[in-house]
Amino acid sequence: MKEIFVRPERCMGCRSCEIACAVEHSGSKTLFGALTDKPEPRKRLYVETIGSQRMPLLCHHCDEAPCVAVCRTGATSKDEVTGIVTKDHDKCVGCWVCATICTYGVVGREKEERIALKCDRCKDMEIPACVKACPTGTLIFLEERQLADIGSRDASMKTAEIQRSRSTPEIQS
Amino acid sequence: MAKNIKDRSIDPASQEMLAVAAKAGLETAWDRFDKQHPQCGFGELGLCCRNCNMGPCRIDPFGEAATKGVCGATADIIVARNLLRAIAAGASAHSDHARDVAHTFKLMSEGKAPSYQVKDQAKLARLMKEYGVSTQVDLADAVLAEFGKQEGPIQFISRAPAKRQEIWKNLGIEPRGIDREIVECMHKTTMGVDNDHVNLLLQGLRASLADGWGGSMIATELQDIMFGTPTPVRAMANLGVLEADKVNIIVHGHEPLLSEMIVSAASDPELVDLAKKQGAKGINVAGMCCTGNEILVRHGIPIAGNFLQQELAVATGAVDAMVVDVQCVMPALGALAGCFHTKFISTSPKAKFPGATHMELKEESAYETAKQIVRVAVVNYGLRDPTKVHIPNIKSEAIVGFSVEAIVGALGGTLKPLLDTIASGAVRGVAAVVGCNNPKVKQDYGHVNLVKELIRNNVLVVTTGCNAQACAKAGLLLPEAADLAGDGLKAVCKALGVPPVLHMGSCVDISRIMVACAAIADALGCDISDLPAAAAAPEWMSEKAVAIGAYVVGSGVYTILGTIPPILGSQGVTELLTEGIKGVTGGAFAVEPDPNKAAKLMIDHIEAQRKKLGL
Repeated sequence: MKEIFVRPERCMGCRSCEIACAVEHSGSKTLFGALTDKPEPRKRLYVETIGSQRMPLLCHHCDEAPCVAVCRTGATSKDEVTGIVTKDHDKCVGCWVCATICTYGVVGREKEERIALKCDRCKDMEIPACVKACPTGTLIFLEERQLADIGSRDASMKTAEIQRSRSTPEIQS
Repeated sequence: MAKNIKDRSIDPASQEMLAVAAKAGLETAWDRFDKQHPQCGFGELGLCCRNCNMGPCRIDPFGEAATKGVCGATADIIVARNLLRAIAAGASAHSDHARDVAHTFKLMSEGKAPSYQVKDQAKLARLMKEYGVSTQVDLADAVLAEFGKQEGPIQFISRAPAKRQEIWKNLGIEPRGIDREIVECMHKTTMGVDNDHVNLLLQGLRASLADGWGGSMIATELQDIMFGTPTPVRAMANLGVLEADKVNIIVHGHEPLLSEMIVSAASDPELVDLAKKQGAKGINVAGMCCTGNEILVRHGIPIAGNFLQQELAVATGAVDAMVVDVQCVMPALGALAGCFHTKFISTSPKAKFPGATHMELKEESAYETAKQIVRVAVVNYGLRDPTKVHIPNIKSEAIVGFSVEAIVGALGGTLKPLLDTIASGAVRGVAAVVGCNNPKVKQDYGHVNLVKELIRNNVLVVTTGCNAQACAKAGLLLPEAADLAGDGLKAVCKALGVPPVLHMGSCVDISRIMVACAAIADALGCDISDLPAAAAAPEWMSEKAVAIGAYVVGSGVYTILGTIPPILGSQGVTELLTEGIKGVTGGAFAVEPDPNKAAKLMIDHIEAQRKKLGL
């Protein structure tokens, strides 16, 4: 199963992921079209700042999802096959217990329609909108084992760079 | 995100060269455009502000997070300020170009710039009369004073119909001085000054009018005096104008102060001999972008292409020198020229580029410098690698050079025949189609399809800039193109022997279109905003186009933009520019990327205007 991973050291805080998320969850699914949507389209992930570090916070679709456990109406459920935790807006009564209980604070409140909003991992898209919109590769969408590959490739590039910077003075001398 | 060559351009020469470039691993603007995706949504909506260092700030377009910048600026304020700065930059470009021309004109008039001469005495006399001066130097001083004028209004404002001047006066947007209005844009948009989006946009109109009826118009008029007022001439267009067995020099940029000198130097017998000694059959100068238009409409010098073809020209491997001055020159050219023998030569102290050799053109010794530049190109011909040369065998013929004077001349000395055909309904109206290329639009797709649809519906098209070049490449600038026009326009074109699309020159020459509008309005006893006319910039990208759009709308013309301007993040600004302004200047903007739908909007507007005029 592919998952969205975050590489926080790359995040510039541009919030492109937030806009793309809101647009993907709008009527027209286009930036310019979404401008006139009522109620306004809402994002499902949040770029936060901790000191000088910026990073997007988004739903992890937890294995033991607290938001599913606390939902009294059955609006929130976890798909057994895909593992994706989604909300059925028709069943949601807006009690917002899920929003209160979420460890990551990534269940939002749509006050006008009084429903809770969360990441559905863009079920119509091959690559989620936030990942597609990220200009720096902070958000990546892949299998857990692929992440390890990327990690080792990054590490080897860093090592090579360190080697190069060490060897340059010797060449010059 | 286009990967397929046919999705990138409709021009067969561009398509061919894109394939060549891809095979050779050469990067073009289209590749870099793809790498820029996704483009920033805040930027697309105009919602980011970097005007002070409390920011950068940006507004959440959906009202969830920040609805104000640190200073409290709303979306309306931020979008209006950003737009005003774009207008200021665009107006600066045209006007600083004009300043250079005026400065050279003055040096020439004082006998200090022997490379330049007066080519149009009649226009010189007319201009001296208009300014009320008796000597050429006094005219130069009077024109140069327009830039630093404090209380205005600038002289050429009086060329507008009386009703139009009245509208500007009542709105308080008569330009006082060219530089002053631009400075005021910058002042108003800095932290904590003007925070009323309507007041900001009024200044935008004022600064843009100082461009259209000031800087641009000065550039056109003085260039006509120094290099000749264009008259119809036949020429060739597209990358196929490059010649495998000749020294190829491309002049690219905007100011004919350079390109005219290169054209002269290229026929210098000494250099032609040198070229022959190098084994070349001669020296071939071709233009690119608006400086190309300048020498195209005045001398019929071939045009190698429009904005998005600058890299493709270098990729032919047949360009011995790419000589540039200012504006629309991609900094990517340096690295690309480095893949070939091509010498990339910058000439303006205002514009230097990585990878370029700088050979500065000074007014006092322009011709000598031009000769040196041509010599470099000729010598460089010997280093050309024939195995790398690929010139598409694609070019089209065009008739260009329809200055207002030439149009009036073609009509027999008066605009009356044109007005009669409009009154009779044979020609429904006039459309100005102008502007850039932009990789957001398949190259020339917006231009060519919009123009074709307009002429098919009996709308006479006047054109400048990259649109004019797109039309030239598509064969629309030939009298034979009248066969693509509706019956009424076709008959008029056949009778006069003119194309249905009239090439009026470079981007500063949109001032010619303003002069033509004023003359037609005066002849009909109405205002420009009453005319059965409309404008469009189907593939615009430059800040200059923003300034142009603003002065065209500010002059009362309905104008369609084919790429979406970064203003939609503000309801206030969007509403004002597309609706509210109608009751203020009589013009308005509309955004329509589909050329056929854009044509329909323009035609509907023209028909509504006809009805109002009782035609």
